[in-house]
Amino acid sequence: MELVTPSIGLVFWTSLAFICLLILLRKFAWKPILGAIHEREQSIDEALNKAELAKQEMARLTSQNQDLMQQARAERDEILKEAKTLKDSILNEAKKQAQVEGAKLIEKAKIEIENQKKAALAEVKDQVSTLSLEIAERVLRTQLDDKTKQEALVANLLKDVELN
Amino acid sequence: MDCNRVFVSKVKRLTIVFTLLIAFLSIKIDTFAQVDSAVVPVDSVVAESAHAASGEHGATAEHGKEKFEPTKVIMEHIADSHMWHLWGHTSLPLPVILYTPGGLEFFSSAHFHHGEEDYKGTYNTYRLVEDHVKVVGANGQVDETASVLDFSITKNVAAMFVAILVILVVFISVASAYKKRVGKAPKGLQSLIEPIIVFVRDDIAKPNIGHKYAKFMPYLLTVFFFIWFNNLLGLVPIFPGGANVTGNIALTFVMAFGTMIIVNINGNKYYWKHIFRPDVPWWLYPIMIPVELIGIISKPFALMIRLFANITAGHIIVLSLISLIFIFETLAIAPVSVAFVLFMDVLELLVAFLQAFIFTLLTALFIGMAVEEHH
Repeated sequence: MELVTPSIGLVFWTSLAFICLLILLRKFAWKPILGAIHEREQSIDEALNKAELAKQEMARLTSQNQDLMQQARAERDEILKEAKTLKDSILNEAKKQAQVEGAKLIEKAKIEIENQKKAALAEVKDQVSTLSLEIAERVLRTQLDDKTKQEALVANLLKDVELN
Repeated sequence: MDCNRVFVSKVKRLTIVFTLLIAFLSIKIDTFAQVDSAVVPVDSVVAESAHAASGEHGATAEHGKEKFEPTKVIMEHIADSHMWHLWGHTSLPLPVILYTPGGLEFFSSAHFHHGEEDYKGTYNTYRLVEDHVKVVGANGQVDETASVLDFSITKNVAAMFVAILVILVVFISVASAYKKRVGKAPKGLQSLIEPIIVFVRDDIAKPNIGHKYAKFMPYLLTVFFFIWFNNLLGLVPIFPGGANVTGNIALTFVMAFGTMIIVNINGNKYYWKHIFRPDVPWWLYPIMIPVELIGIISKPFALMIRLFANITAGHIIVLSLISLIFIFETLAIAPVSVAFVLFMDVLELLVAFLQAFIFTLLTALFIGMAVEEHH
């Protein structure tokens, strides 16, 4: 029976000691320990979340990069194509212009040649008329030496005039 | 929570305890049959010499002729004492503090000389009878009517102080480690203690109490480590361990009382409604309300008895096994005893943790029932 009878002294000292222990540990042990554990758990959680976010960000960036690359490649192709068409068009233009220019030059040359030809022909005509006048003069002089021939001629001329 | 494992281990433990108890009883009966004839003269000698037996060791060289009494020896080890036996005839005297109607008495238990001498204090003369301080009346006889309250620092109190000192040193150093290594991984003692604290928090407090657990963490942790450290120190056979601190009903009473107070202070309206207006037909109230009121007491009462009985049983078994050597008076039995004691000690290591765990778990469970919002 003595074994199951709590003695007053032990009850008193246990109560006192346990309450002191509870207060001391609460202030000096549990608060800092639980606080530190909680804080660390939170920081670990946070770090894990951040890592997850970083991973997502990385994936996003990678896909973005790929997109950018593709875009850049497409743009480059576009530019190359454009340049090619531009080159072709320039070439064509130049060709056309050259042709036009050539045609113009040829036209000009033709006109020049025509003019020269006309001038030359006029000169030739002039010379021919001068020469023919001279020849005619000389012929006339020789032919009109006698009187009869002169009268014949005048008659002839008068005949022409009358006809008119 | 894996309660099935706890239950199975308890069943196994009970089986072992009962087997050993039966074995022990059968031996005891034999011993008593032999002793019976010799008991009468021995008893008269004991009475005359007024507590001549030191009691610490029933079978020392001095009292070699006396018959070994395992029950007496074991009960002396289990019970509280005003001396802390160290080795052989050396004991550590502990302070005796008495509250008498005249005032406080304060003296060393060494004055009793192991109960062989009376001590004349300021107000009365005191005598140590079976490790209890008694007042001696004018006629030289023990005065049982004298109202003296014993607040002595007994062996259990001293052992408890040692445990508290160990706990304080351990946890304050761990706490300072947390302050020094903010945000870093635990190291050394810190990494030993931290999983246990996290275990108490995540496996005991959180599932049983719910989101209000934080408020009760200091109490649960203190109870857990106080019981566990005392249990472990009780298993150490040499000074400063060996005292049956958690196997003392006074200590378990205080612990269970604390739990009862915490539970009932924090009980919310649902808890009290469950007690005074349970969901039963009104004519059952005369039965239900007393039952629920008894339930308030019986829950911590079960806590008190469980811890007390488990730890005391462990001590009794270990001491019984050791006593076998002295009962058979042969060294041949020693290997068997030691093997069994080794086995029991390992089991007790588990029990030390298990009992601290169960006490804390049930405390958390009761608190959880009291603070639960809905039924």
